[in-house]
Amino acid sequence: MSQTLAEPAFISSPEQRRRSVWLVLGCTILGAVAQILIKLGANTLGAHPSVLDMAIRILTTPTLFIGYSLYALSTVLLVLALRHGELSLLYPVIALTFVWVTILSVLIFHDSMNPLRLSGIAIIVSGVAILGKGGSR
Amino acid sequence: MAWVTFGSFIGSFGAVFLKAGAKRLEKNLKSIYTNWRLAAGVGAYLLSTIFFLLGVRRGELSILYPLVAFGYVWTVFWSRLFFGEPLTRTKFLALGMILVGITVLSLGNK
Repeated sequence: MSQTLAEPAFISSPEQRRRSVWLVLGCTILGAVAQILIKLGANTLGAHPSVLDMAIRILTTPTLFIGYSLYALSTVLLVLALRHGELSLLYPVIALTFVWVTILSVLIFHDSMNPLRLSGIAIIVSGVAILGKGGSR
Repeated sequence: MAWVTFGSFIGSFGAVFLKAGAKRLEKNLKSIYTNWRLAAGVGAYLLSTIFFLLGVRRGELSILYPLVAFGYVWTVFWSRLFFGEPLTRTKFLALGMILVGITVLSLGNK
């Protein structure tokens, strides 16, 4: 199993690794915007939509369609990012999606920004910053 | 809660397969659509999304988010196991902070 997954090994340059961190950052922003759009579009869905129902809604509701397309795009960015750099460094950076979603919810849905949310954001960002620093060694 | 835990477990394998597939990408289309590892990765992601949706239906979001984030811990261990990446103290510190941060953030979402 280890062999199947790990081959072939190749060396990535520091620039490539840094670019990977930026790609994952882009991936988290796209993912957050996608979640907000899907939340906006989800109101058009009934309580228990069938699979066919959902497929039609996604194709005909602009917010849902764009939202899911952005998800697809963010996955492409993630794959490009993972070409270089360590998975164990890059993957936890995705936690930033939670931060962007919270900020966007405050801006768009006028959710309140309370002390807990603010501290949570600060702690997540510090953790990611530590990973980012490790990534550009 | 069990659905979400299982979902994040599967999702962490999604990341492993995406990574394995990404390393094999070349600048031609064939290397993308014949890449079973990428397909497996995307498949695992879709599957984990379904489990999340099942879990979110009943269950409080403030517990669910930290469980989702716990998937990162799995991913870091798989990185060591499958790709031989070093597990440093810095990584654990950062990972711990991210998990605490997400827990605090979701407490604020109540």
